[in-house]
Amino acid sequence: MSKLPYEVQTEPVTPLSILNPDGEIVDEALMPELSDEQLKEIMYRMVFTRTWDERAVNLGRQGRLGFYAPVSGQEASMIGSEYALNKDDFICPGYRDMPQIVWHGLPLYQAFLYSRGHQHGGQIPEDVHVLMPQIIIGAQILHATGVAMAFKKKGEKRVAITYTGDGGSSEGDFYEGMNFAGAFKLPVIYVVQNNGYAITTPYAKQTAALSVAHKAVAAGITGVQVDGMDVLAVIKAVRDAAERGRNGEGATLIEMLTYRFRPHSMADDTTKYRTKDEEGEWSLKDPITRFAKFLEKKGLWTDEDTARVKEEAKATVNEHIKKAEQTEKMTVNGLIDSMFEHTPAHLEAQKADFQ
Amino acid sequence: MAQMNMKEAIRDAMRVELKNDPNVYIFGEDVGKVGGVFRATEGLQGEFGEDRVFDTPLAESAIAGMAVGMGLQGFRPVAEIQFVGFIYEAMDQMFIQAARMRYRSGGRYNSPIVFRTPFGGGVKAAELHTDSLEGLALQTPGIKVIVPSNPYDAKGLLVAAIRDNDPVFFMEHLNLYHAFRQDVPEEAYTVEIGKANVVREGSDVTIIAYGLMVHTAVKAAEELEKSGVKAEVIDLRTLLPLDIETIVKSIQKTNRAIVVQEAQKTSGAAAEIIAQINEHAILHLEAPVLRVAGPDTVYPFAQIEDAWLPNPARIIKAVNQVLNF
Repeated sequence: MSKLPYEVQTEPVTPLSILNPDGEIVDEALMPELSDEQLKEIMYRMVFTRTWDERAVNLGRQGRLGFYAPVSGQEASMIGSEYALNKDDFICPGYRDMPQIVWHGLPLYQAFLYSRGHQHGGQIPEDVHVLMPQIIIGAQILHATGVAMAFKKKGEKRVAITYTGDGGSSEGDFYEGMNFAGAFKLPVIYVVQNNGYAITTPYAKQTAALSVAHKAVAAGITGVQVDGMDVLAVIKAVRDAAERGRNGEGATLIEMLTYRFRPHSMADDTTKYRTKDEEGEWSLKDPITRFAKFLEKKGLWTDEDTARVKEEAKATVNEHIKKAEQTEKMTVNGLIDSMFEHTPAHLEAQKADFQ
Repeated sequence: MAQMNMKEAIRDAMRVELKNDPNVYIFGEDVGKVGGVFRATEGLQGEFGEDRVFDTPLAESAIAGMAVGMGLQGFRPVAEIQFVGFIYEAMDQMFIQAARMRYRSGGRYNSPIVFRTPFGGGVKAAELHTDSLEGLALQTPGIKVIVPSNPYDAKGLLVAAIRDNDPVFFMEHLNLYHAFRQDVPEEAYTVEIGKANVVREGSDVTIIAYGLMVHTAVKAAEELEKSGVKAEVIDLRTLLPLDIETIVKSIQKTNRAIVVQEAQKTSGAAAEIIAQINEHAILHLEAPVLRVAGPDTVYPFAQIEDAWLPNPARIIKAVNQVLNF
């Protein structure tokens, strides 16, 4: 059936892209302001995170980590979006978003402790403004909305940012959060890292919407789409969204088109739901290779730098996994005491079984 | 001192705390200008402004989830879920997210939130507006559950709940909002969370109840007295933490007990109370502890509500059963 004359009209969106796969700037006017030192720092963090991810997968296989969701491929959207924030902005991550909270200040050994199910993992230092990864898909979207409401009430120029995947954009909490942010004009950024799959379900089966970004229209907030394999585009989009939030212009939904090179978690087999061709195509867009080409042309990065960062990352990961392993195990009695501010009598009595 | 019904006392608790603490915020569906569908927040927006008392879009999960986020930033949200049946929409945020914030952050964050909701049958409301869903909360570690039975307690317990650094599920029985008036101090005061109240002393049997059922139990006790049976009635006030000490003390005296709840019989608050009586007082019992409760069916709104709900006759029957065991 053709379009109805009284139908709501929307147009396809073009993703923001600054750096092409050959490492060339396609639009100088959009280039975010970044010093050479900052550009190198961003590259450092991406290479570090890739190495950490590789090590974490191995540590997981060795039984030295618990639940772990691989991140390789998504470094630009993760590292770039965190880099675009101020230190006092607040991050509400989804289950895969450990890199953002670590680069925002959570000590790496605590990330490992969290993975191993130790409570101290989540004992976030006072000056670090993050929550631990959320397991219930979309629940964190509402927490970010509430944090943003608090910033607005207090008149603070801070923003809350939250992450989910393309699957998360199907959750009720996603709509409820964006609708609240629209109605109250809140300083919050909703990032959907559209990596093409919700575990194994492809994006095409997730939604019939023109894009995830279009879902912002219904909530009356700004929606944008970004090449999530392009770290410069990610930084530009998040900086713009943060500025709008700080200026009282409300919330932004950012859809980042990205890809996870590895499985959803340690358990699924990507060959059952993805093709070699698809993986090959996305590997050409690898955010690290692309950014390295750009930096090399500027004389800011060499293969030796990559090798050096990898060695440094391996050493750091080793040091922190050891620290996590050496941390005294939590106890059932400690767990009991963490349920309420003051442990009630019935819980106090339950400790007797675990002396 | 002023004469207040329970609704007015609940409103007054919010009023004194809005005044006392700038971090207290009231929000939910229709709580602003109109003061909520039961007028429990009536006048508060006028007195404290739209910043402190505000309407939200119609979305229970977001109301509860926003409270969690605001709680993280030092606020003390009092979030109203308009009717008890709507808590299913908000259960993840109330019973998982808020309730485990302290655990999952190793004590770094807490959820100083009160989730208020009206519940309770006998008022011929619409389907899913009156069910007794406290059992869902009781199965959830990390949240306190309060069910007041009178205006004085309601105000004192709600003030205590707002000041509590842990999340509280605060259930207000619809049939008690306008049931009667009582002397209630106009200033702020607290009633201790986790402390039961012996509302009627007796020596032959203990009747344990909460919410509206306290009044049904008292009616039954008055009837029983006519035949010479002295029933002690305990108003639990708080289901979690549960004041097992007061219950045990009473059973040591009476040696017999029944538990009355409006909720369906299986696996509810009464089952938990009886399990704890077994753990702490079995040698003082002369008879099994019986439950008077709704049958294990969906709650039948309107038509046969009165037949479905526990009443004094059923309580008296249960008392006679334990007395004649």
